[in-house]
Amino acid sequence: MAAPADARPQVAPAGPKSGAPRRKGNSAALLLIAPSIVFMTLLFGWPMVSGFLQAFGGPEGLTTANFTRMSQDPYFWSSVGNTLLLIVVMIPIQFVLALAMALLIRAKPRGASAYFYIWAIPLAVSDLAAGLVWLTVFTDRGYLNSLLASVGLQPVAWLAYDNYPSMFGAVLIAEVWRATSLVFVIVVAGLQSIPKDYEEAAGVFGASFWNRLWHVTLPLLRPSLQTALILRTILAFQTFAVALALTGQNFPLVVGETYRWYTGLQDPNVASALALVVMAVSMVTAVGYLKLLRDQSEAPQ
Amino acid sequence: MSVLDHRGVSRRAMLKGGLAALAAGPVLAACGVNTSGSGGKGSVSFLSTQFSPVEERQKYEATLKKFAGDISVAYNPVDTGVFNTTLKSQLAAGKVEVGIAGGLHGDLAPFASQLEDLSSLMNDLSSAGYSKDVADLAKLGTDVPRYIPWIQATYVLAVNKKALQWLPSGADVNKLTYDQYLEWAKAAKSANGRPVFGLPAGPKGLHHRFYQGFLLPSFTGGQITTFRNQDAVNAWTYMRELWANTNPASTNYDFMQEPLANGEVMVAWDHVARLITAVKDKPDDWQMVPAPSGPKGKGYLLIVGGMAVPKGSPEKDKAFELIKALSKPEAQIETLKSNAFFPVVKTDISGDLPGGVALEAKAVKAQQEASDALLALPPVGLGDKDPQVSQLFKNCFQEICLNNADVKATLDRQGAELAKIMDTLNVPCWAPDPKASPCKVA
Repeated sequence: MAAPADARPQVAPAGPKSGAPRRKGNSAALLLIAPSIVFMTLLFGWPMVSGFLQAFGGPEGLTTANFTRMSQDPYFWSSVGNTLLLIVVMIPIQFVLALAMALLIRAKPRGASAYFYIWAIPLAVSDLAAGLVWLTVFTDRGYLNSLLASVGLQPVAWLAYDNYPSMFGAVLIAEVWRATSLVFVIVVAGLQSIPKDYEEAAGVFGASFWNRLWHVTLPLLRPSLQTALILRTILAFQTFAVALALTGQNFPLVVGETYRWYTGLQDPNVASALALVVMAVSMVTAVGYLKLLRDQSEAPQ
Repeated sequence: MSVLDHRGVSRRAMLKGGLAALAAGPVLAACGVNTSGSGGKGSVSFLSTQFSPVEERQKYEATLKKFAGDISVAYNPVDTGVFNTTLKSQLAAGKVEVGIAGGLHGDLAPFASQLEDLSSLMNDLSSAGYSKDVADLAKLGTDVPRYIPWIQATYVLAVNKKALQWLPSGADVNKLTYDQYLEWAKAAKSANGRPVFGLPAGPKGLHHRFYQGFLLPSFTGGQITTFRNQDAVNAWTYMRELWANTNPASTNYDFMQEPLANGEVMVAWDHVARLITAVKDKPDDWQMVPAPSGPKGKGYLLIVGGMAVPKGSPEKDKAFELIKALSKPEAQIETLKSNAFFPVVKTDISGDLPGGVALEAKAVKAQQEASDALLALPPVGLGDKDPQVSQLFKNCFQEICLNNADVKATLDRQGAELAKIMDTLNVPCWAPDPKASPCKVA
């Protein structure tokens, strides 16, 4: 009789005893992350909520009229098309270029660090400035046409509204020039974290360069590529200043439209609706990449 | 209406300016620049939406110095947004510091009931000879004058004399019809192998004013009420054909003076202030002519600026004196010479004007005094919906001329959008639409 009675009080405190340190740990952790929670709520949460409210807001309460207005605008669908086309064409080009540049750096040619800094320069250039630089190249009386004229060729109206391929090409070149360095820096960092042993081992077994790249380097680079891909794609959705500087409104992009609705047309509601579209597409893309590029060996765990 | 409407900068200059401003911001902030421009006690604070670019501001300050006598004036040009909030907040707080509010008709219209009745001043100036249209506008829809007309401007055609050889036979360049204008554009295109007529259809270009104030009134006799009727369909069908004979690089032109000066374009329509640089250096090579006439007359857009005195303004007497001084013909001529805005008072402007300005003056006069002239105004009383209404006209151009969409369907779609905006605003129509209240799209 006594034993169970004794046992009960022994068991009873055991519960709180084992729980107490966890709760204590929890509250300490909570305390530690509290500033960042407050920070995130104020800096990201609140603007996001007010953005939602603005996108669905109208004179008579909640409405979807702003989205209707947005989708009926003659520039909307062309801006969506342009943005998607730019991303689909640009991202692979940027990754191939960045990878090639990073592999060249890894081969440690003479002056490798100088190359690194030169290739990273566009990182420091604002997109508007980059757009202006390329405008001096592609504009009707720009460097490119001067060059053509000097070799006796007819100048081309590269940025004319009815010359879509050359307009798209100009924006693509400018944006590739400006934004490849971000991917490049991430890939270089990724490459540096891969121990040399793997490749040397593969080399010993007689794997060719392409085999080593495909079967050793790229799989090990997967986390870096994933990060770069997500970052680059989300940033590509936000491309706008380069296209604005080069083509004005001839080549509308979604974020440019957001800007136009907000400042030019002074309608923050439709601008918020457009911003929501950009956010939704960015989030879907990021989740898609995370799923697609998940390391299959880790997946079962 | 924004000051950018006629005094904007090219896209490139805007972007460069933005960069420079970003760089200059912190420097200026460190210097403690006074943005209220009060100019100290006893001086008249002149808040204005006009002459903001530094060079224009300096020229206008020189004019003020010359004509203000012993009144000290703090001239403070700001953009329309700042103008609105400054005036609105000062009036709401009952602490008005602005002595004179100078702006375009549309800038002043929202404040009509809060501006002093200037009947006495208008009586004193009765001999100045304001045109009836302008004097009526100055009442801002009330019974008494709310501002004293200050400056005016409009849009005309600049013609390189080389292009005159392709004029259709029997056409008088000073009395063109829209049909002749199109014939001319076609002939010039086939002679040059490329279109040489231009339109400021760039992102900061004012081509919407062409549809609002020139093309549509000339074809339909209206601007808003007739937006989607059969006459408007005819007008836009015409526009599509004109565009096919217009330099396609026009979608990059913000100011026509640049392509005119470098020869890309030989005939162009634009705001007088955006044409002047092209013609001023070699006035003998150029001719400035009125816009063409359509079936309903010669639609033309008049930009009028006025000087108003907000109720509760300090130094009211001095403000009145200053307005009187600036309404003198000599002061108005000086403004024309230095800033290329035309006098609103009756005065002989044929005297010793700079070559380019003289050309413009002749065209403006001919346009205004044409027997079939049909006065149009930029939208009045739309407030922050103004850019959206103007955008609807640009959308029509985008759809019909660039995307080759069906004219009737486009006008129906954009017209429905316009009708929605006009319904929420509930404002009276402005010229050339009949003064019905509220203004509705038929």
